[in-house]
Amino acid sequence: MLFSKVASRRWDKGVEWAMVWILRFGGWISVLVTFGIVITLVTESGPFFAKVPFQRLVSDRMWTPLFADPQYGISALLAGTLVTTGVALLVAVPLGTILAIFLSEFASVRLREVVKPMLELLSAVPTVVYGYFALLTLTPLLQIVLPDLPQFSMLSAGLIMGIMIIPYVTSLGEDSMRSVPMLLREGAYALGDGKLGVALRVVFPGAFSGLAAAYVLAISRAVGETMIVAIAAGLQPKLTMNPLDSAATVTAFIVQVSLGDLPHGSIGYQSIFAAGAVLFLMTLGFNLAGHALRRRFHHAV
Amino acid sequence: MKPSSPISLGTNQTDAPSPSSVKVQVQNLNFFYGSHQVLRSVTMDVPALKVTALIGPSGCGKTTLLRCLNRMHDLYPGNRYEGSILVQPDGTNILGAGVDPIQVRMRFGMVFQKPNPFPKSIYENVAYGLRLQGVNQRRELDERVEKALREAALWEEAKNRLHQMAHNLSGGQQQRLCIARAIATDPDVVLFDEPTSALDPIATSKIEELIVELKKRVTVLIVTHNLQQAGRISDMTAFMYLGELIEFGETNRMFTNPAKPQTEDYISGRFG
Repeated sequence: MLFSKVASRRWDKGVEWAMVWILRFGGWISVLVTFGIVITLVTESGPFFAKVPFQRLVSDRMWTPLFADPQYGISALLAGTLVTTGVALLVAVPLGTILAIFLSEFASVRLREVVKPMLELLSAVPTVVYGYFALLTLTPLLQIVLPDLPQFSMLSAGLIMGIMIIPYVTSLGEDSMRSVPMLLREGAYALGDGKLGVALRVVFPGAFSGLAAAYVLAISRAVGETMIVAIAAGLQPKLTMNPLDSAATVTAFIVQVSLGDLPHGSIGYQSIFAAGAVLFLMTLGFNLAGHALRRRFHHAV
Repeated sequence: MKPSSPISLGTNQTDAPSPSSVKVQVQNLNFFYGSHQVLRSVTMDVPALKVTALIGPSGCGKTTLLRCLNRMHDLYPGNRYEGSILVQPDGTNILGAGVDPIQVRMRFGMVFQKPNPFPKSIYENVAYGLRLQGVNQRRELDERVEKALREAALWEEAKNRLHQMAHNLSGGQQQRLCIARAIATDPDVVLFDEPTSALDPIATSKIEELIVELKKRVTVLIVTHNLQQAGRISDMTAFMYLGELIEFGETNRMFTNPAKPQTEDYISGRFG
């Protein structure tokens, strides 16, 4: 009896040890992959930054690393990324937030159970489908209102991208709103507030750290999105802030160049990694900002 | 829910206050969570400008009764009231069909078991109810926020940090902030639902002093698990058991010479 107890405890310990190592291994894999990506980006883009002075990245007005007379103005690519991301956020942040408030505070349980999976389906649609939807369906529709809109436009791509990222905002936002304690809502109701007032004045600020995280995720997703912009926004790098124009984004450039056959080690090849490194730094920056926001507001609840 | 005679007194009452000083008249109140009856024919006259304590073992319905008074049960589906609750001097039946629960809640402040300041500044917490009632002038808001914080004995601690987040306050300070928030709008009645159960003894005694101070201008109802607390601060005590009001009378008499054997058993610690 005593012996079997000891034996089972030893076995429990063995299982526990194995579990700890499996979890540790899983944790390390994600860290190692991240490091691997950083190392690749640094080593592959290193030669590019060695050849091209940093000054030219900032001062050049065009991004034409493959031309005989190359220009390295990364701002031409960044403009495309920023404009499409901006348009996408103008769609996703208000719509996603409103939907989150509706689902968390107003919808019945049954409605929520129906709407949430449907909404999440939006993010399951392949991005290439979204890309052609923007190019072949939305752009012609927009051209009815805006006759001067070119075939490829950042507006069309950004709008569709916004629709794609709505579920990210809604899902995370709704979770954080529902985790606002009922006691806080009751406090506001007890003062004579109504449903909308409680949602906007108490639940919304109470859930802000989660909402901020949702917005940051949405930004990262929009900045990194490739297929939609490559198909619908155009492939010509152009330094413009006009969403009615066409322009290539950082990601669109990468996919375009990597489809051609560039010799390994050429400046064109290296420029892909340089663009990738810039993209990586951008998303890293957004994530850190989101983290800071989260911490700043975390004490709120 | 038709109001019965306004001066009908429950059979369980022993020394009810004279009708002229009655603030809230609960008459034959039944309350149901779905089909489950939680309150059974509760009748009591809550005196004005006094502290009335509701005591009884867990599940006796004292919190349910308290939450009937500001119609908090309306927030959840499937709840049903029967009977009437008249508020004097105008005699409005707050369970009446045409009565908006929001109007009721503006007259009945509430302080909860755990401090629940909103994720806003100290100032905005106190101003919340005032803004709901249409006070928008900066000067008036400033004055009334200060007055409420003074009455809640929080002004000295908070006056230099009015625009900091309320969550930076200690638990006891947060609860006093919630009291300030509840009294800022000059309600007729303030309902306390075990307001000190999450606080340490020092914070508790501050809240108790406050409640005694408050009765100079508002009627107070307090649910408490702590019999000593009921003895220290209340003028009237209602003992509830299994959804019924067993006995209601002056606190001193209730604690020294209860009329009902169940009351005596509970107060002497034989059950509950």
